Amino acid sequence: MTTFAELLLGGVALGSVYALIALGFVVIFRATEVVNFAHASLLLAGGYVTAVLHDDIGFWLALAVGVAGAALVGAAVEFLVMRRYRGRDHSVLAIVTIGVDILLTTELARRIGTDVLSLGDPWGDAVVTIGSVTIAQTRIAAFLAAALLITAFLLAFRFTSWGVAMRAAAESPSTAALMGVRLGRVSLGAWAVAGGLAAVAALFLTVFPTPGLERTTSLAALKAFPAAILGGLDSTTGALVGGLLVGVTESLATGYQGDLTFLGRGIGDLAPYLVMVAVLLIRPAGLFGTKELARV
Amino acid sequence: MSAAALHVRGLTAGYGPVTALRDVSLDVPEGACVAVLGGNGAGKSTLLRALSRTLAFHGGAATAGTVTFAGRPLHGLPPDRVVVAGLCHVPEGRQVFARMTVEDNLRAGALTAARGGRAAAVRRVHELFPVLAERAGQRAGLLSGGEQQMLAVARALMASPRLLLLDEPSLGLAPLMAARIADTVREINAQGTSVLLVEQNAALALRLASHAYVLEVGEVAIEGPAGELAASDEVRRRYLGVVDEQAAADAPAAAVPHLARWEDA
Repeated sequence: MTTFAELLLGGVALGSVYALIALGFVVIFRATEVVNFAHASLLLAGGYVTAVLHDDIGFWLALAVGVAGAALVGAAVEFLVMRRYRGRDHSVLAIVTIGVDILLTTELARRIGTDVLSLGDPWGDAVVTIGSVTIAQTRIAAFLAAALLITAFLLAFRFTSWGVAMRAAAESPSTAALMGVRLGRVSLGAWAVAGGLAAVAALFLTVFPTPGLERTTSLAALKAFPAAILGGLDSTTGALVGGLLVGVTESLATGYQGDLTFLGRGIGDLAPYLVMVAVLLIRPAGLFGTKELARV
Repeated sequence: MSAAALHVRGLTAGYGPVTALRDVSLDVPEGACVAVLGGNGAGKSTLLRALSRTLAFHGGAATAGTVTFAGRPLHGLPPDRVVVAGLCHVPEGRQVFARMTVEDNLRAGALTAARGGRAAAVRRVHELFPVLAERAGQRAGLLSGGEQQMLAVARALMASPRLLLLDEPSLGLAPLMAARIADTVREINAQGTSVLLVEQNAALALRLASHAYVLEVGEVAIEGPAGELAASDEVRRRYLGVVDEQAAADAPAAAVPHLARWEDA
């Protein structure tokens, strides 16, 4: 029972980090209808900036610069690349993001090399014990940070003019333009926000019990894909639920790996995708996604 | 110069190789209500899209001509600058943001407006359309067609436009609802907002407007004071569905069945 509770809590914390990544993904998809395959490289960029700077300027400042840096990289990708292709087919744009991802990831992987970089977080490997349940401080911090950011984002999405413009543009770009919404700005803002969220997620993907930032960290970030997709690509709620579902599944599958040896090793990495496939078989639009509606 | 009049000169626009508007010139004096009539495919919606600079969203572009509003050229501006300049376009088919609440739809309309003016704008549209105040928290997709049209007009009014471009506000509405929308358009116009009204429902449009243009295959075929057009045989025959024996004898092929709806709308 203790193991189960620990795994569950760890899964929820991990899931909230996936939710952060998935949220950025959904934001870009809603604002521009582009599936952003470059998201993992934005995450890697944010993490790298934090890792490089934390020795000189301290962890918190480095984190802030990392978040700003990833937001800037996101905005730059939008401004320098995506904007040139506006009005093209969305599948063309999605493929362009794959190209951007390869470029960014290759350059960052070259810089990181074979190192495992620490991000210099203050939590280290400290744990908190409540009753018989032990959980890493980093996991608690991850959950709190993700909950805070997601709440702030959802409130802004719902109540600010920025949110109204974003939702209007998501629903109908041409009508939003008639309201004076500047679509370029909406899209730029979406990429910047997604980058910033990804940088925070980078921190929590690389802290204890993970050894640190490696060039393979972007692979871990890819687990947010099934999270976003099984939640429904255009739903913010879906991103949250999908993230949690993937986190808990991964945590449980990894934790009970010993009992699942008949499935072979590494089932934890595979489980999120299995869940995604199972969900999509029953609900092709995802749990909270909008069904494709054509009105004649 | 500073009068908020719209002047369109030699406007030509199309979609790729297809020309939808050819050398169209028209004027909307300040405070006027001007109607543009025409059948399907005459270029009415293209005209409004060219004015609001949103043709690109429909795969089109304006290729020649000038548009000036209040003495300032509008051609070449991005759509948001057109809204700031005081033109607001209510698109065909209402196009409310169905997933957003009525209140948020109105907020979307006020994105370009100064923060302080928003409360006053909301009060104004709630006075014009009390039903929108009752339904403020409801999702716009759940409103009836007539209510959606009211919301579409109200949303445009939130930007406090000086010229309202209305694309077929009576489309798909029951006659009673169409008449209510018409009353509101008259009231909006009386409050000082100029209106450029595009309609297939010619009877309704000619009652509202002081001046009217008839578009045929992208060109202005007839123009004149609304009263004169309403009285002209050609317009009566083609757009008002009034067939007297003489006209029927003149143009047997163009005989249109008598539609009572147009008379008591």
